[in-house]
Amino acid sequence: MRFGRFLPALVTILLVVLIQLGLSAAEKPFYMTQITMSAYYALVVIGLCLLMGYAGQASLGHAGFFAIGGYVSAVLTTCNLLAYQTHPLVRLCRWLGLTVEHRDLYGREMLSILPWPAFVAALLVTAVIALIIGMPVIRLKGHYLAMATLGFGLIVYRIVLGAEVFGQADGISNVPPFKLIGDALQVNGAPTFRVQNYYIAWLVVLAAMVLAINLVHSRIGRALRSIHQSEEAAHSLGIDTYRCKLYTFVLSALFAAAGGALLTHYNASIGPSEVSVMKSVRYVAIVAVGGMANLWGALVMGVVLNFLSLRGVFGTYDDAVFGVILIAMMIFAPEGLLKVPRWRVLSFLSTRRSHG
Amino acid sequence: MELTQALQYCVAGIRNGSVYAIVAIGFNIIYNTTGVINFAQGEFLIVGAMTAISLSHVMPLPVAIALAVVMTMLLGALVEFVFIRPVRHAPVLRLVVITIGISIVLREGMLHVWDEQVRALPYFTGTAVSTFPLFGARVSPQDLWVLGMCAVIVGGLTLFFRFTPTGRAMRACADDQMAAQLCGIKDSRMVTLSFMLSAAIGALAGCAISPVMQTQYDMGAPLAIKGFTVAILGGLGNSMAAVVAGLLLGLLEAFAVSQMPVAYKEAVALVVLLMVLIVRPSGLFAGREIVALRDH
Repeated sequence: MRFGRFLPALVTILLVVLIQLGLSAAEKPFYMTQITMSAYYALVVIGLCLLMGYAGQASLGHAGFFAIGGYVSAVLTTCNLLAYQTHPLVRLCRWLGLTVEHRDLYGREMLSILPWPAFVAALLVTAVIALIIGMPVIRLKGHYLAMATLGFGLIVYRIVLGAEVFGQADGISNVPPFKLIGDALQVNGAPTFRVQNYYIAWLVVLAAMVLAINLVHSRIGRALRSIHQSEEAAHSLGIDTYRCKLYTFVLSALFAAAGGALLTHYNASIGPSEVSVMKSVRYVAIVAVGGMANLWGALVMGVVLNFLSLRGVFGTYDDAVFGVILIAMMIFAPEGLLKVPRWRVLSFLSTRRSHG
Repeated sequence: MELTQALQYCVAGIRNGSVYAIVAIGFNIIYNTTGVINFAQGEFLIVGAMTAISLSHVMPLPVAIALAVVMTMLLGALVEFVFIRPVRHAPVLRLVVITIGISIVLREGMLHVWDEQVRALPYFTGTAVSTFPLFGARVSPQDLWVLGMCAVIVGGLTLFFRFTPTGRAMRACADDQMAAQLCGIKDSRMVTLSFMLSAAIGALAGCAISPVMQTQYDMGAPLAIKGFTVAILGGLGNSMAAVVAGLLLGLLEAFAVSQMPVAYKEAVALVVLLMVLIVRPSGLFAGREIVALRDH
């Protein structure tokens, strides 16, 4: 009974392994780097799909959460706490073994936070910010919600550009690899770790998918879909619509933050371009192509479109492509590519022809 | 802060604020006939200014501006005809997302036509350094041009909506689409007209501000955000309140810059936007009953 629900997962695993074997055999392993990056971007898309497709709440600020995750990880793992080592908080962290002493590129002594606690901190910070932002914002609807989330994303962008801690326009580089278990397993962009990271990224994505699918088929998921259909009806049936939407908002922010933090470790850097409005809009466009309430569609489109974009297939039309995708999807197939009835496409074409 | 310095900030604030007000009025015109926020409103300003800059090399400035306004107006009609009309009765959010897409496509289009270079129209009268004193502060003639144009736009629109049959038909549509239709008003034509009108006043404002603020292909989005902040602050659909709200935001921004790093200047409007959305989404000037009705 439950098998059918996860059948696409098995197909995905099979495809992932086949692609890896194929790329290795064809001696084109560099494609794996972009697939890994796309997988982390897809994490944001999966979270946004939960929020947009199932809870019916648009967010034009998801790049903001992605950036919060990435930047918190980056700042904590590259900061130098030596100057503050007498501070009780720093001493506590040291005593708990959360810090690491190392030397930076120029041989300076550094005292930074380890990636694991930094990752947890990034998720915590994101959750708190998402709660604070979500509590008032999730009550808004339509334009107001779209604008409020857009405004949030832009504020994050401005802070990142303006604050020295976040490296302003330069961003943060030299972020250390994320050692998951000892030295053997790490999120590291170096070519020797390529295959390993390819699988780590897919493992994370599949874990997120399983989590999301279980959520969709749970009590909360059913509540969410009823909210999407008619909020008043759901409310009258005793569903706490506000709380359901808020939880989904925070959860989808966490997905984005996890993607941001992991990609930052993988790329060893993060910059303000990750926070631009275009990124947020791009995620929305991908969810729209995947078919709003279709997690697997979002995953496939998230990986494919990001991969093409990272390979530079769209050239200087990169942003324009996503704009066109957004318009085309909303005009012709608001339910997503997979749900467009064939006859509707044909009838559209034929009416156009008869007029012209 | 000295008095003359404060006055100087006031001048800059009022000048920018009046442009924000025009952007907000552009939002309101389209909102009133369609119920949609047109995210591409900021792009109309830049398209208008860029077209005028290109044309000004081959013809006198006033003619170039007039032509640019007409061309932007046609662009507005085209946008409505191609992207909005086929899905007129779709849910609002879908239309909003479409306008976001339009703004991206227009912006990228401008990037390919006019590249990344920062351009500016010449000062309408005088030069960049010519000023005249006003109670100790220095005012550029262009500031007066901006204020004058905004006043003309607001005045002209008021007359148009109040006294011409077309303007009245548009107001009827905004009030009650069904009733207007029953009176024989073609509402789809009014929607096209509202896009043309918004594009035209946007282009005019874009030309007026171009010598002072300069023009670059991607400057539309920040202007749109500020215009939207102003529209919300005044109450969506209320154009007169938008003027007050625009001046308010302009002044707030000007004085904020004097107190904190310039890097955060853009954030002022955003913070105001979030605050208004959270505390009073129906705007500063809405009566209590409207607040209750529009709460969600």
